Amino acid sequence: MQQLTKPLISLPARFSLQTSLMTLLLIWGNTSLAAGDDDPLVSKLIIDQLELRDTDEDETWVLDAQGWVGKDLHKLWFKVDAERSEGNSQELELQALYNKAIAPYWDFQLGLRKDLKPSPSRSWAVIGIQGLAPYYFEIDSALFIGESGRAALRLEAEYELLFTQRLILSPEIELNLHAQNDAEHGIGSGLSDIEAGLRLRYEIRREFAPYMGIYWTKRFGNTADFARQEGLDSSEWQWVIGIRSWF
Amino acid sequence: MKNRLYGQQPLTRSSMSRRRFVTGLAATGACLGLGAGSALSMASPNSRQGPVTLRGNQFDLNVAYQAVNFTGKSRVATAINASVPAPILRWREGERVRLRVKNNLAEDTSIHWHGIILPSGMDGVPGLSFEGIKPGESFEYQFDVNQSGTYWYHSHSGYQEPRGMYGAIVIDPKEPEPFSYDRDYVVMLSDWSDEDPQDIYAKLKKFSHYYNFSQRTAGDLWRDIKEKGVAQTWRERAMWNHMRMSETDISDVTGYTYTYLMNGATPDEGWVGLFKRGEKIRLRFINAASMTIFDVRIPGLTMTVVAADGQNIEPVSVDEFRLGVAETYDVIVQPSDDSAYTVFAQSIDRSGFTRGTLTPDQSLQAVVPAMDAAPILGHRDMGMDHGMHDMEAQAEHGAQADHNQHDMSHRPGAEHHHQQPMTGLMTVDHSAHSDHAEPLAKAGFGSNRDIRHLASEHGPHVDMLAESPQDGIADPGIGLRQHAELHGRKVLTYADIRNLYTTADPREPSREIELHLTGNMSRYMWSMNGIRYSDAEPLELQYGERVRITLVNDTMMTHPMHLHGMWSELETGDPLHIPRKHTVIVQPGSKVSYLVTADAIGRWAYHCHLIYHMAGMFREVRVR
Repeated sequence: MQQLTKPLISLPARFSLQTSLMTLLLIWGNTSLAAGDDDPLVSKLIIDQLELRDTDEDETWVLDAQGWVGKDLHKLWFKVDAERSEGNSQELELQALYNKAIAPYWDFQLGLRKDLKPSPSRSWAVIGIQGLAPYYFEIDSALFIGESGRAALRLEAEYELLFTQRLILSPEIELNLHAQNDAEHGIGSGLSDIEAGLRLRYEIRREFAPYMGIYWTKRFGNTADFARQEGLDSSEWQWVIGIRSWF
Repeated sequence: MKNRLYGQQPLTRSSMSRRRFVTGLAATGACLGLGAGSALSMASPNSRQGPVTLRGNQFDLNVAYQAVNFTGKSRVATAINASVPAPILRWREGERVRLRVKNNLAEDTSIHWHGIILPSGMDGVPGLSFEGIKPGESFEYQFDVNQSGTYWYHSHSGYQEPRGMYGAIVIDPKEPEPFSYDRDYVVMLSDWSDEDPQDIYAKLKKFSHYYNFSQRTAGDLWRDIKEKGVAQTWRERAMWNHMRMSETDISDVTGYTYTYLMNGATPDEGWVGLFKRGEKIRLRFINAASMTIFDVRIPGLTMTVVAADGQNIEPVSVDEFRLGVAETYDVIVQPSDDSAYTVFAQSIDRSGFTRGTLTPDQSLQAVVPAMDAAPILGHRDMGMDHGMHDMEAQAEHGAQADHNQHDMSHRPGAEHHHQQPMTGLMTVDHSAHSDHAEPLAKAGFGSNRDIRHLASEHGPHVDMLAESPQDGIADPGIGLRQHAELHGRKVLTYADIRNLYTTADPREPSREIELHLTGNMSRYMWSMNGIRYSDAEPLELQYGERVRITLVNDTMMTHPMHLHGMWSELETGDPLHIPRKHTVIVQPGSKVSYLVTADAIGRWAYHCHLIYHMAGMFREVRVR
């Protein structure tokens, strides 16, 4: 039962540390037992959102993906958040985390986050909890500690409502809080923004589901002020169309 | 006699549609022509008749890759003598058999003789009995056959068994059978997937309900609210929602990927067994599936069960029985007319079925019944203290359910009065505890102890603890409990099974070993006592001792547990007639006890026979 590993996610070269860690994982090894290996090395790449957001003014491409490689209780976990508008990369955020199962439905995550866009880039340490709360709420929460006293908290929750075995409505909400202003990034202290989405997907296969839905965001306090200076509304909503996939 | 099946056989498989229980893709009713001109050398050449029978006491078994096609797609099986299922081996009690197994695979192989009492070195478990058979090499198994009845054999290496490496063993007794029959058929049930078993396992690790397409939907919720009202629906759903478990989680791998086979024939082909009116037909049911528990019936015929796991029992007449993976039942039916009858085997989750026909005439077929309603798990299947039908229990004890949730969902750090410090000791050995002053329950009646959960059962690897497991002996099992009242069917339970002969070892058990079947469904981790096989110490038995093993199922899955080398003497309530089994179903959230006489020196395997549970839910049993 070796060779469960699929080709690994390719990451920017600057994350070569992770590449070497993955090599270590591969050496983790398989024991030869009467019963076979119950805990083989497995990897998964999940593209939660690969979507086009459509407003009156412009079109935005969004990628929200995560992946992991590892065993039952210990994994290396990666997250990518990218936004591209009018051919320009507006946002590119990468996370590389060590993931440890701490409870039947909960994982603890520790690692690094790098915001490559917008510039100037930002680096953060990450402490997070990800898992499934009672009543099937998928939770992803993290505390980010950056340079110069920057700190941020992100809370995400997602739910799935099955209309049929394949037609699934998925509401989700994300809250971002910041400890201080970051004018270069247009972020204000306190509750900076709330994002909410409602996506209806059809699972052609488990691994592949096109969807459509709506996306709504609202900026608060200084964040809203920064946005207004840029000529943006403090809140906006957009139609989205996209693909959810994993393998 | 040497085996007759080497090389090519005439291809008689006709062009017919092969139905898959696949809700996606384009496989439904795919027509394909695999006539005699096909370039493929097909396994099980005449699948409507089942595999050939090899008789005698010397056998050559050739393990090799073999092209098969069950779904319209060609796949490579690991087959014995180019046949899926493998040839039926017919032995005689009292003879010594020699079986030379040649490995023509590119990987190690092995054959385990399931249910056969033999020396440890001949048991065929790589790493425990022997080193396995290397590619290109042969191994000669040799042992005395001291039993009779229906058994089977299969690979114990990697995923060769789900790739087709299984066959039936029929042992004719020295003494005449205690019952008579005119026809004798093996009915071997199995499951086939075109997917690579490693891919299936990886999918389960990544997304554990990948194959479950019976999840509760908004429509179900709306119907429940209309029928039962909001309050009752909320009470029923709250626990599942709170515990993050699914009450439709019955089979890990389903008809979404499996084609269910009867003697190697797909349901569209249909295995055929001939009879003449008034004849008694002996059907030897064997579940050789890798992941599928079957519920079996023959509409219109009452089945008299005469043997369980190869061992004769007091005949009991039933309309339906559940056949756990690796279990066998021998039944006798006697059609009194010239009609055809459908042998119907539906998977426990009702995601598919296989079927065959008993008929006086090849051209005559019977109606294939619709599948029954899929089971919905209830509180008792979670090991909760609700001994009644789930609906009634919930109506009566709705308020209590909330209370129980807290008991069930508490986790490391929470105090637990049964908890013990984690030690290297694998089992709760009740004889070693002075707090149990009262004697062990009498042989034949099962454990009377309170169960206890070990500290090793707490952590991210275990998602459920059965706080008040029910007795699994008299329980027909999930999905079958209402069949008597709904359909008027008598369903076999373990409580119906009594050995035809007197209990061979009348001693009382000297100690009791409690083992918990544990796991985390969503992480797809399986273990015993919360410890997976690779981290576990062997379970030590003293040669000659008689012990009671109590299995507590702390999961929502039905686990068929198989102890190699020694009988599992199931305590069904009659100490004088304790039936002997090699594989015992442990119902979800339930417990079951059996006695074991440790009369076989050596290292033995003890495990769940569901192939994707086996690696973790496994123990070595060491008798010395």
